[in-house]
Amino acid sequence: MSAAERLREHEKRDIRNRWLLSAPALLIILFAATGPLLIVLAYSFLTPGQYGDVEWKLSGEAWTSVFLERDIFDDTLSLADAHVTIFWRSVKLALMTTAATLILGFPTAYFIATRPENKRDLWLFLITIPFWTNLLIRTFAVLQIIRNEGIFNTVLIKLGIVDAPLQILFTDTAIMLGMVYVYLPLMVLPIYASMEKLDFRLLEAGYDLYATRFAVLRRIIFPLVKPGVIAGSILVFIPAIGSYVAPSVLGGGKNMMLANLIELQFGQGRNWPLGAALSIAVMVIVMIALLLYVRNAGTAETRHG
Amino acid sequence: MADRFSVRHQPGFTAIAATCFVLLYFPIVVLVVYAFNAATSTSAWGGLSLKWFVSAWNNDAVIEASIRSLQIGAVAAVLSTAVATMAALATTRTPPYPGLTFKYAAINQPLMVPEIVTGVALLIFFSRIKIFTGYTGLGYLIAAHTAFCIPFAYLPIRARLETMDLTLERAAADLYATPWKTFRRVTLPLLWPAILAGLMLAFVISLDDVVITEFVKSGGQDTLPTYMLGQIRRGITPEINAISTVFLLLSVAIVTLFFFMSRKRE
Repeated sequence: MSAAERLREHEKRDIRNRWLLSAPALLIILFAATGPLLIVLAYSFLTPGQYGDVEWKLSGEAWTSVFLERDIFDDTLSLADAHVTIFWRSVKLALMTTAATLILGFPTAYFIATRPENKRDLWLFLITIPFWTNLLIRTFAVLQIIRNEGIFNTVLIKLGIVDAPLQILFTDTAIMLGMVYVYLPLMVLPIYASMEKLDFRLLEAGYDLYATRFAVLRRIIFPLVKPGVIAGSILVFIPAIGSYVAPSVLGGGKNMMLANLIELQFGQGRNWPLGAALSIAVMVIVMIALLLYVRNAGTAETRHG
Repeated sequence: MADRFSVRHQPGFTAIAATCFVLLYFPIVVLVVYAFNAATSTSAWGGLSLKWFVSAWNNDAVIEASIRSLQIGAVAAVLSTAVATMAALATTRTPPYPGLTFKYAAINQPLMVPEIVTGVALLIFFSRIKIFTGYTGLGYLIAAHTAFCIPFAYLPIRARLETMDLTLERAAADLYATPWKTFRRVTLPLLWPAILAGLMLAFVISLDDVVITEFVKSGGQDTLPTYMLGQIRRGITPEINAISTVFLLLSVAIVTLFFFMSRKRE
């Protein structure tokens, strides 16, 4: 065996060993995360069983009923208003949440990035703590603030600004407030990661050329941290569009989002294929968002990298 | 000094940042304060009391759900960290090889899918397995938690490995150490802080999960978060505040430990 052959043999064995080493992790994810997604796709083309689950008969009915409704008397199809409303509410609330976290998170990330170097860790830590504490508990904390007997309304009434408590809980606003609150750290962290690398001498150059504060922000800072902004927006949008806890706790049954509609199909609705089709629809929205991200992140890098 | 022009200043940014920090902590502080409320109603303040902590402690459902959460979290954290460590060793310190990108994508896949979709997928898949095998134990929840904890455990371990080169391992091999001995005596001690970090992250992530657990659990398998979700939907008592406070304390303790450990390493 020549030295080159032996080297190649060694390399081959190394790669095989590396596959063996990663096999357990890959198999667990295949078994309990990725693989079942394919089953969802298959289920969306089957017929609902009478007591839940499915009958093994092919049908496109589930996909039809994602947006359309079959009249029980004359079998005609019409737009399913309830589903359209829920889709629209989910997309709208997810986009609004992303925008609100950006407006709040961008200045916060900037603030942390402009602190003295040895203090930044601590500020960042203050952002991370809520992120690692339980999402349900944080949503519950928001509920206690905004409900009619909560501290927000109590203060408003004591100050004489309103006579009766504002009904915030069980509205779309409540769901959005909850989502902004729980997902804010997901916006701050990636923006900060971009900002940390920002060369502040560029700002000086901008001011030397008579740029205003706003021009510096818009023409220098923002383009340079754009990858972080896009990453943060994606990180907020994905969990927001599929949000289950916020609408369950703060929306109060009537203001459903997609996740609640899906859950309904597996509970009282007993329409597993429709639930499966709706889940795939959520996945598609997420994938579109991810594709936009990949495209934008790519162009941002070629332009400034 | 006050009038000096600062390059870094942007009008209003500090005010917004301050608002953010206050808003992030204010609801949590209120929640904790009301856990010590003596009144039965959650709206009025009735003086300081520990009675809701006592009441939570004497509530069998709470204790049972807590124990179940800790069990699942511990097993899932250990399993996911073990396989994530192996996967990290297999995907770092190597020239690119066929399938490497696939592995990165596969390991991070659970992060890309909304929890509700994973929850539904597992509900469907596991309900089939339940019919075939008749097994309805905690195994399903443990499998699900292990899977979504893997990317979190993988993160710090991979980051640490990328800063380590192979010189020490090569030196050990030159001195006739077997691969296993090299791993145990050289690689593992260097990697240990990152493995502990991965373990803690995985544990916290498992403890936090509501959505996937809600869909995967069989009857009578409530974890603490799903139990709390059920209670909150039914109407709230300060007992939920008391449970939340203890839960928060645990999470914050773990994360703080993690923060100072990673700081010391630097």
